[in-house]
Amino acid sequence: MPRLVSHPDEVKIVSRRFGLGAAKIDRYLELGGYKAAKKCLEQGPDWIINEMKASNLRGRGGAGFPAGMKWSFVPKKSAKPKYVLVNGDESEPGTCKDHLIFLHDPHAVIEGTIIAGLAIGAKVGFIYLRGEYRYLLEIMEKAVAGAYAKGFLGKGIFGTDPKTGTEFQIITHTGAGAYEVGEESALMESLEGKRGIPRIKPPFPAVVGLYGGPTVINNAETIATVPHVIEMGAAAYAAAGSARNGGTRLFSISGHVERPGVYELPMGYNLKKMIYEVAGGVRGGRKLKAIVPGGSSTPVLLPEEIDIGMDFDQVAKTGSMLGSAGVVVIDDQTCMVEFALRTISFYQHESCGWCIPCREGTDWLKKSLTRFHAGFGTAKDIDNIQHIAENMLGRTFCPFGDAAAMPTLAFVKKFRKEFEDHLNRKACPFAKHVELAVI
Amino acid sequence: MADVTFIVDGKKLTAPAGTLLIDACRKAGIEIPAFCYYPGLSLQAACRMCVVRQEKVPKLQTACTTTVAEGQVFITESPEIAQARKSTIELLLGNHPLDCPVCDAGGECELQDMTFKYGAGESLYAEAKEHREEQQWSPAVYFDRPRCILCYRCIRMCGEGMDVWALGVQNRGVSSVIAPNGGDQLDCEQCGMCIDVCPVGALTSGSYRYKTRPWEMNHVSTVCTFCADGCKVTLGVRQVNDGSEIVRADNRDKSGINGDFLCAKGRFGFDFVESPERLTKPLVRNSQGKLEPATWEHALRFAASKLKEIRDSKGGASIGVIGSNRTTNEENYLLQKFARTVLQTNSIDHVRSTDYAALARALAGHNCKTASLRDIATAPAILLIGGNPTEEHPLLAWNLRTNVRLNRARLYIANTKPIKLERQAKAALRLPADGYQAIPAYLGGSDDTIKDTAFREAVLAEESLVVVFGQEYRGQAVESLVAWGLKRGPNSGSVRFAFLGDHANSRGAADMGLLPDLLPGYVPVTAPGAFQEYPGLPATPGKTLPEMFEAAGKGELGALLVVGANPVASLGVDPAALKNTFVIVQDLFLTETAALADVVFPAASLYEKSGTVTNTYGDVQLAKKAADRAGVKPDFEILVRLAGAMGVDVKTLVPFGKDGVTADLGQSRGAQAGEADRHAVWLAANNLEPRLSPFDPLAVLDEIERLVPGYTLDRINLFGGNDVRTEPGFVPITALKEAASALVAPAHDGLFTSGTLGRYSPALKELEQHQARELAESAAD
Repeated sequence: MPRLVSHPDEVKIVSRRFGLGAAKIDRYLELGGYKAAKKCLEQGPDWIINEMKASNLRGRGGAGFPAGMKWSFVPKKSAKPKYVLVNGDESEPGTCKDHLIFLHDPHAVIEGTIIAGLAIGAKVGFIYLRGEYRYLLEIMEKAVAGAYAKGFLGKGIFGTDPKTGTEFQIITHTGAGAYEVGEESALMESLEGKRGIPRIKPPFPAVVGLYGGPTVINNAETIATVPHVIEMGAAAYAAAGSARNGGTRLFSISGHVERPGVYELPMGYNLKKMIYEVAGGVRGGRKLKAIVPGGSSTPVLLPEEIDIGMDFDQVAKTGSMLGSAGVVVIDDQTCMVEFALRTISFYQHESCGWCIPCREGTDWLKKSLTRFHAGFGTAKDIDNIQHIAENMLGRTFCPFGDAAAMPTLAFVKKFRKEFEDHLNRKACPFAKHVELAVI
Repeated sequence: MADVTFIVDGKKLTAPAGTLLIDACRKAGIEIPAFCYYPGLSLQAACRMCVVRQEKVPKLQTACTTTVAEGQVFITESPEIAQARKSTIELLLGNHPLDCPVCDAGGECELQDMTFKYGAGESLYAEAKEHREEQQWSPAVYFDRPRCILCYRCIRMCGEGMDVWALGVQNRGVSSVIAPNGGDQLDCEQCGMCIDVCPVGALTSGSYRYKTRPWEMNHVSTVCTFCADGCKVTLGVRQVNDGSEIVRADNRDKSGINGDFLCAKGRFGFDFVESPERLTKPLVRNSQGKLEPATWEHALRFAASKLKEIRDSKGGASIGVIGSNRTTNEENYLLQKFARTVLQTNSIDHVRSTDYAALARALAGHNCKTASLRDIATAPAILLIGGNPTEEHPLLAWNLRTNVRLNRARLYIANTKPIKLERQAKAALRLPADGYQAIPAYLGGSDDTIKDTAFREAVLAEESLVVVFGQEYRGQAVESLVAWGLKRGPNSGSVRFAFLGDHANSRGAADMGLLPDLLPGYVPVTAPGAFQEYPGLPATPGKTLPEMFEAAGKGELGALLVVGANPVASLGVDPAALKNTFVIVQDLFLTETAALADVVFPAASLYEKSGTVTNTYGDVQLAKKAADRAGVKPDFEILVRLAGAMGVDVKTLVPFGKDGVTADLGQSRGAQAGEADRHAVWLAANNLEPRLSPFDPLAVLDEIERLVPGYTLDRINLFGGNDVRTEPGFVPITALKEAASALVAPAHDGLFTSGTLGRYSPALKELEQHQARELAESAAD
């Protein structure tokens, strides 16, 4: 089990039960579990959705879409069954928060799923874990079985009549190992047993989703936050964060810091403080060179750009994104060309291949950067890399192309000098201390 | 859907709400490029070539997934859009081999066209291209992976269009590759549609690859000679030393009744034309009893003198004539006219693949009761009784599938066996082995042998219905089924029929009176009506095909003229029966029947002559001469020359020329050269006389139109290459000779067989063997 970290600045809401053995249902109940779901059952769907809207809880997957709003898009009446879908395909490099939730607090996910189901009138929820999290499936399934045993799942949940009362079922599923399946419609395809390729939108999942039924799909952290929002009240939760960014967030801090780990901090927490105080500063007293603020697909920030509050709106102002809140800290002994190569290699490997700009673009970026880093680049290559990335941006079938193009563009623009240093068959200036940021 | 108005490139367009922008634009003449979009197949939005700018939308939008709504404003060409398309092509060309000079698709390649238009003239990439060896997936289909741009058209065409699902994507990302599902060989119907829809040269045809460049071919649109669906097929023809060679068959402009579609036979089976077994010289049996090559003059004179002698000594009734299921309407008409007026016999028949005469009798007096292939593609409900169209009528099957898929048509299937089309059926009725005869009574509610009433109720609930049936119904049974349909109501157009036969002009053979008791248009010989103008028309019905062989066996058949038929093999006639009969055969090959003949004339195939053919649904189309073969002659010309050699004034047979203009006997123009046909539209439009030759089949088309009921054709459309309708059933047939079931001899063709003709196609043989192997392998698995 990974070591848990903590810091006095943390505001523990979602991570409240981490390390307390809450994966066991009895312990979860001792810690106040399933009260929120019961309350929601009594209050009804409109109340739940209003609470969610008031909480300013924004999607934790990366796009930051307000969760309450998303739920309200689901039509009240539907000929086809409605579904709740938990996106546990946590694949964004630099992000490892959902992993801890599944490990330490699986019942929060179950309870959140039930609440979402009650809000939209679904009878079935799916919890989809990424293929590489297969080892967490056992924990999750044990928790689901426990919830069934206690009557929180099944027909007639929370003591309602088994025939006429409320029904809610949960089915767990794992992917086969594809980053692309983190995209909501690709995840649905995968869950339906098809190739994990995104769907044409519109229609959006709230109208036509899983198996053609209206579907709410939320990130696992979002869902795990829901019971806490209900428990503490929407206003209190919203107040924990910054303007229009309710509550707290699990920040996965990795890279060249003294104390990497997952910290729960209020939305809007200062990034500089996060690196130098919460995470203990750059490892070994080295100089800070660059920061990836929200997972590998977000454009890199320079040290002078990090005196900002970490919420969706403030990070957007820098031209980057809060994304999945995976903060990657890079010190001055890292080669940014190699870092760019490492990033694009990931996207080249994970591109589903459906559309031309993404499939071919990621591949050519990888090929060019590989050659470039090996010292065989030309001045024209730098422009070409930028040209390819610019032509992927906004042109691909799904946001994957942007996710690959945006960081690449930022690397070239912000570290052009380092690219130029690789020209004329010069060896990589950092070759002696190749110590890649671990992402 | 209501029409909406929107603006594209400053032009106001109108289209039904919900129309795809790309379709609306193409209809208005605004071309939006696309690799993955293919009309009728599911949407992909994968190639990103069709990106357009929509007002108030931040990103470029794909025209193939954008539906039009009132007041939208679009821009389809701008520097921004051109740059997006250029960069997409740049990316594709990054690994696409530039082997255009040797690629089959060169000149017909959509990637080439787009590169030309958007000008990704130089490569940005220093990296080497990744070469992969090409793969052979079947005798018909080759795959060249580096050329593939992953538009997924082939996968969708195979799955959605053909319902075969033999292709899929393997791997992901840049390693994505199109591959046969389960194995490295295609286990499919070998239709070649995947090759056809491939926008580049990734999928190439086993028979065409590396043979020619598209611009070195003449592209001639004609009609397929195989099954009775009558697909329009474009033959790619190249000049060679002894005439011209057909190197490719496809439906190049996607027009005609088959639109996109062509099956394995239509696409690959044309190579029978080049078979080394083709006859190219007349054969005459010598004194030693052996067939030996002879000159046309000698063979014609010999055959004519024998025919004349037998007619004059034993009477015309002692001569039998057997016609073909693949010769043109004009040839069939001429053959029966020749038989009846020159040979003085009504003993004319053909190998009947279905009982068209019974349908004509059943529909007598009822107009517009047959369904065209186009009707079947759009009808809201279809009842298919018997047969297996997937194998026997691939285009019918395609139309049914497409209609169900795109228009949500309801298909009802009644069959004794499970057939593949049941996957598209709304309901299927499994009949007992002899169950077909009970269907009319079952549908009428007076049968209790078939228990499934839900099927009947569903069929009866349909407001309009097309009933498709085939050789399972003959004689009285056809009339019972049709009678049920005519009675059913509720309105005059509510039930229409399609009757399935076997070969390219089976219907035409019956329509043109290759029958002992019926003249063209199913006019009884006992009441010839307008045909009274035939000089010396015998008044009584002649012998049927089995009766001819019976008479021959008794030594009562003096002569037998067989045109394009092989009754010895297809009906299993005892060859010894013909030993006292003078037999003349016109054929492409030395068939079992031709081998018994005294004179064999080498005939041109349907691809080497012009004329009209009628498919089994009554769609008449123009077959155009595509290829040439030294030594052979069209059956039309052979008949005219034979009549001429018998001393007949050929003008009484073929009313050629205007007011007695002397013909040049077709040496400078006419059917052999095909020139008259090609100019026919223009000449007719200018009120000029196109027919100066007795060998020009169009010369009898006038007479067919004048005399044959149902054959008043829409000529402009016919000559323009479209299908036009003919309907039987204007003449009340009273004196129909009992069409015994025994007279109908269906060919039971499969995907790769077609009567005698199919045996001479090496490509079809190879495909048949490939499929047998695949079947054996999957059975072993």
